[in-house]
Amino acid sequence: MDRHSAIQYLAFGIIVTFLVKPLGGYMERVFSGKRTRLDRLCLPVERFIYRITVVDPAVEMPFGQYATCFVLFGLACTLLLYGILRLQGVLPWFFADYQTTPLSPALALNTAISFSTTTTWQAYVGENTMSYFSQVMGLCVQNFLAGAAGLAIGVAFIRGLAGQLAEKLGNFWVDMTRALLWILLPGALIGAIFLVWQGVPMNFHHYVVAHSIEGTQQVIAQGPVAALEIIKNLGTNGGGFFNANGAHPYENPTPLTNFLELMAIVLLPAALTNTFGRMVGQPRQGWLLYGVMLLLFGLGLIFVHRFEQRGNPLLSGVNSRNSQSQSGGNMEGKEVRFGIGGSTLTAVVTSNTATGSNNSMDDSYTSLGGMVLLVNMLLGELVFGGLGTGLFSMVMAAAIAVFLAGLMVGRTPEYLGRKIGPAENKMIMLYALASPLVVLPLTAIAISTRLGLAGLTVNTGPHGFTGILFAYASCFANNGQGFASLNASTPFYTLTTALAMIVGRYGLAIPALGFAALFGRQRNTPSSLGTLPTYSFVFGMLLTTCLIVMVALSYLPALALGPVLERLLLGR
Amino acid sequence: MKKNLLTAILMTLATTILLGIIYPLVLTGIAQVLFPRQANGQLIQKNGKVVGSAIIGQAFAGPGYFHSRPSAAGNGYDAANSNGSQFGPTNHQLIDRVKADVAALQVENPGVPVPIDLVTASGSGLDPHISPAAAAFQVPRIARERGTGWEQLQGLVAKHTEGRQLGFLGEPRVNVLELNLELDEKFPLKK
Repeated sequence: MDRHSAIQYLAFGIIVTFLVKPLGGYMERVFSGKRTRLDRLCLPVERFIYRITVVDPAVEMPFGQYATCFVLFGLACTLLLYGILRLQGVLPWFFADYQTTPLSPALALNTAISFSTTTTWQAYVGENTMSYFSQVMGLCVQNFLAGAAGLAIGVAFIRGLAGQLAEKLGNFWVDMTRALLWILLPGALIGAIFLVWQGVPMNFHHYVVAHSIEGTQQVIAQGPVAALEIIKNLGTNGGGFFNANGAHPYENPTPLTNFLELMAIVLLPAALTNTFGRMVGQPRQGWLLYGVMLLLFGLGLIFVHRFEQRGNPLLSGVNSRNSQSQSGGNMEGKEVRFGIGGSTLTAVVTSNTATGSNNSMDDSYTSLGGMVLLVNMLLGELVFGGLGTGLFSMVMAAAIAVFLAGLMVGRTPEYLGRKIGPAENKMIMLYALASPLVVLPLTAIAISTRLGLAGLTVNTGPHGFTGILFAYASCFANNGQGFASLNASTPFYTLTTALAMIVGRYGLAIPALGFAALFGRQRNTPSSLGTLPTYSFVFGMLLTTCLIVMVALSYLPALALGPVLERLLLGR
Repeated sequence: MKKNLLTAILMTLATTILLGIIYPLVLTGIAQVLFPRQANGQLIQKNGKVVGSAIIGQAFAGPGYFHSRPSAAGNGYDAANSNGSQFGPTNHQLIDRVKADVAALQVENPGVPVPIDLVTASGSGLDPHISPAAAAFQVPRIARERGTGWEQLQGLVAKHTEGRQLGFLGEPRVNVLELNLELDEKFPLKK
């Protein structure tokens, strides 16, 4: 690994680690209703919102009600966005010359579900489909709301685990509103101004027609890019303003914006481990989860960097060696300003955090480099993961690891001093089986039907197979990045991917919340000599191994048919 | 349930006003006052006409100009259709395209391996940069076309080479449009 890439990776890890504690503490204060510095600004707005939306902030919701509100809110958001998209032709800022792709009912539905589940999978090309009105009033707003709803679920999950013999999960509307006013909105404003300073446009101008010095014409798309750019990262959504997403120079103009956007993605999910530790009264438990995340994150970086820096052996007559004057490596689909280092960091962060805003093209990664990204998503988006969802994914994985350890020593498994009994186990099973039961059958249907295979237009063979598996894995993980050569705008793909997104959002959050609620009703079991301490190094290793084994058991055959086979075809 | 449904609808509308109208308006105001050049896309004007954006790549075909990387955006550097090639590593279209480009480029510098970024398409198809290695590779051709010495051109390339940000972020890079604009000023093409 070259020196500068190594420094970049280390700097990233160190800065995030230093900010976990202060940010985690801040979030704990916000969601416990304690005093914060932003109170003077936010409290009046908060009260006003409750008044006009008939919310009684004092109401505590049990599991069923909390989950119902989460689903109802998602439904309302989806319908509003669908309406805006379908009507964009008669709404302001619609440039008929440029927005030439029609938003058909299937495409609009796919996009509406995609943005209200934080997936932000894009079966359209931003600059020739979406008007500025749709981008701002539709997509940008949903980036905020879906992110905030995810964070609310994460916080309610923590409250459930920390519950003392009662099912007190909090109030969904309060959690959502506070997540918006105290965390996402201020973060987005500050971040967006920084991005504009570095070169991200923020205007409502018509597309510019430039006349080059060689006499050719170039139409340059403009737009309110910065407003969307920051929240797509902060809310772990990832759907770009433009088709090329984080690779587009207007979305990600400099290596510094790249670094900042990655920070915006990772900081909140990482800090939530600390909020978790504080709220369950055992900060060490939070640090253990963070440690496992950091370990898996580091492994991903090392592998992807190695595979991408080696380049493509099938290209001859080229110099792809890393040197003072070039980054070298596999540069197809990558930008010069980021090189291998900046592209690898972004690919690993975005694939791990349910955020699709990659700055290079997944399709053109080396077979094994691309496989690491796929595995990151199959792990269940728990290395930092989506905002709020990453934390409960990691805790659910920890519960499985505890269960395994309990089987090995022949004791009832315990986590945070509570027993994991049959009822809790059912929730864990529902949670763990959802991924293979959705991703694999959908992939199988796609590769064995003409409708599915019609999506493969550019790449075929094992690479095409990987593309289809990647698409469903990404939609289920609510990630949204993909092998973009797959033509996903056909009705077959818009509907099947939307199904994967819905199950990936609600089919995971609801069992997880149910698990937490059951957990909170239990009495504490005093720890004894036989209790496995779930903050120890040994448990960390067990959890890591358990995660890798679970992915391998479900997906190894599929991975062998896709990226592994393609690697063998590459030769050498 | 009924009350929560009502709240869900009202909440969606209220937050849409806050986040879809107030937030972007405030942001546009701040951006246009503090950083008008960046907020409006860093357009470059020459003789009162827009020739391009400083951070959006353009295609250059003439042998007297530094060339950008191959582009898969529309028909090449279409800034209203950003895209990468999406070719997988074993895709024959990729291998054949690189082979053809390498053969054409090696006519200029026989036997010298071509810097990889000069024959690979970027992710956006709008990469405004090439690596310093790719710029150096093109110096002999430009020098011949414009009748200048290598050293003067190398100096110009060095002037337009941006280093890593904060010393460790990103890669050294050369802005092709800005370089070509100054090239026309300093060493005009012989008619």
